[in-house]
Amino acid sequence: MQLTRAGFLVLLWLFVLAALRVVRSDLYAASGLRVSVPGFRRNAEKAAKGNKAPRQLVVTHGALTGTRISLDGRPILIGRADDSTLVLDDDFASTRHARISLRGTDWYVEDLGSTNGTYLDRAKVTAPLRVPLGSPIRIGKTVIELRS
Amino acid sequence: MGSPVPTGEAPLSAATSTSPGLRPPTRRGTELVMLGFASALVTAALILVEANQEQALTMQIVYYGLAYMALFAVAHLAVRKWAPYADAVILPCVALLNGLGLVMIHRIDLAFEGKVIQGELYSAKAPKQVLWTAVALVLFCLVLKFVKDHRTLAKYGYTAGLVGLVALILPGILPSFIAPEINGAKIWLTFGAFSIQPGEFAKILLMVFFAAFLVSKRDLFTAAGRRFLGLDLPRARDLGPLVAAWAVGVSIMVLQKDLGSSLLFFGIVLVLLYVATERAAWVVIGLVLFSAGAIVAWKLFNHVQQRVANWVDPLATYNDAGGGYQIAQSLFGLGTGGIFGAGLGAGRPDLIPEANTDFITSAIGEELGFVGLSAMLLIYAVFALRGLRSSIAVRDSFGKLLGGGLSFALCFQVFIVVGGVTKLIPMTGITAPFLSYGGSSLLANYVLVALLLRISDAARGPKVTPKPKPQQPAIADQFTVMVERPK
Repeated sequence: MQLTRAGFLVLLWLFVLAALRVVRSDLYAASGLRVSVPGFRRNAEKAAKGNKAPRQLVVTHGALTGTRISLDGRPILIGRADDSTLVLDDDFASTRHARISLRGTDWYVEDLGSTNGTYLDRAKVTAPLRVPLGSPIRIGKTVIELRS
Repeated sequence: MGSPVPTGEAPLSAATSTSPGLRPPTRRGTELVMLGFASALVTAALILVEANQEQALTMQIVYYGLAYMALFAVAHLAVRKWAPYADAVILPCVALLNGLGLVMIHRIDLAFEGKVIQGELYSAKAPKQVLWTAVALVLFCLVLKFVKDHRTLAKYGYTAGLVGLVALILPGILPSFIAPEINGAKIWLTFGAFSIQPGEFAKILLMVFFAAFLVSKRDLFTAAGRRFLGLDLPRARDLGPLVAAWAVGVSIMVLQKDLGSSLLFFGIVLVLLYVATERAAWVVIGLVLFSAGAIVAWKLFNHVQQRVANWVDPLATYNDAGGGYQIAQSLFGLGTGGIFGAGLGAGRPDLIPEANTDFITSAIGEELGFVGLSAMLLIYAVFALRGLRSSIAVRDSFGKLLGGGLSFALCFQVFIVVGGVTKLIPMTGITAPFLSYGGSSLLANYVLVALLLRISDAARGPKVTPKPKPQQPAIADQFTVMVERPK
């Protein structure tokens, strides 16, 4: 009698623990924002060893705050157009607002003739500018930066 | 999806297009194992109840367990087919809660069997609830089948809002032959033999509306107003929707005498606003408004005063009609259960009024004790955790808001009912999701689960790369052909 009473409670807690185990094993797979792709990540890490090359682009302000995009060498298009890499839902951004692209080992930001301009730190981007790690790029209400 | 829904969606094609062949694990196997575990637990609970109530232990019980498992196997297959990447923990949690609810309702049936309650012979509730569970699971499968993409719901935002509002208000304004006052609350619509609680469905419809509305009008709510005491206050004219929600909440409280629903409704609106804008000011303003409304209602209405008096001291009003009897009995039950409980089937839940609906958590607390009840609450917490996790991971704003709102609504409902029966807040008469006896609540909550699974499927599944739009070459790039000017 006492045994079954305790036994049932133990089973109930085992269920809770089993559920939490699934949650734990699933923590990274479910995040969606950072899909771990083993092969790709390893290559990127190898390339980045030694020098502090930017490896991801992070949105720090605006509606998309927290969004990360892995940098894989291809240019990043930013704007309201559906086919942009980072699609902004922002009245102050142009359809094709700015591009961040790799030249040699450095990333450069250039403005694509936007209405309200692109700013790197405080400076308005008129010609392609080199983007140092961690300096904010402001586009409309959105601020992004490169991180290693 | 080329849907015209204004959602800030899919900004991440660069990160993901690097892995075309790689698919995230579906984890359906895990779900099946967990469902088996849940069914085994439910069967064990049923065996314990039968043994402690000195019923004959026959193979019948095992068949019940297998039938229960078969019901959820169907749901599992539906998930496998229509939402293969959905979260693996949500459905087993629901299966366990619902199953333990069924066992508890059956256990209370046994206690009342053959007795005459309020001039009528007590009729067993468990078979009806099993039927409702089956119907709810059918509805669950249908929602999964027909809502292929949660973003399509955003298109029906205003329709959902209107229908939801009507459903919410309807029982309060209809004459009492169709909307009778049961236990002091006017929240049911009766059609002959069965009655429904439209408010349960309104909850979900209004959430769809608010999520769609906030996604399209989010900028409006973040527009800066005056800064006061470190809070960014919104502009006065942007307060309109919040005031409207507040008015609806208060009118439910007044017209239908249903404090629980009004609290739930207003809480959902506030949380959605907060999630959409990240402004604490909205929560502060909302709480101030709600407190003011609650205090005025307390001054004006008798039934609110009574609830508060019962909460402050249930024993003082123990013998009054509609007094603290219910809460006091619930507390006695919980006290009798203690840390480890009396054991399933060995308590006296028949002494707690409404033990199969509003007070089912205190019946469970009596028989499973603090240890068992806290495990149940943790299962709710895991459910909400997975829901919130999915809404963080999903890539469109509407899904984020809806997912967050649905998870929060379930959590908040549990808080209101458990807070009520444990005398943390005034008792408000609301069902415990999945546990309590009641068809409407069960149906609505299964719709909620189906929508959450749909959102988690979208969050975890492989990204659907939108079909590239046929590129219209710019007019400047077009070939120009010189033609002769027509004369």
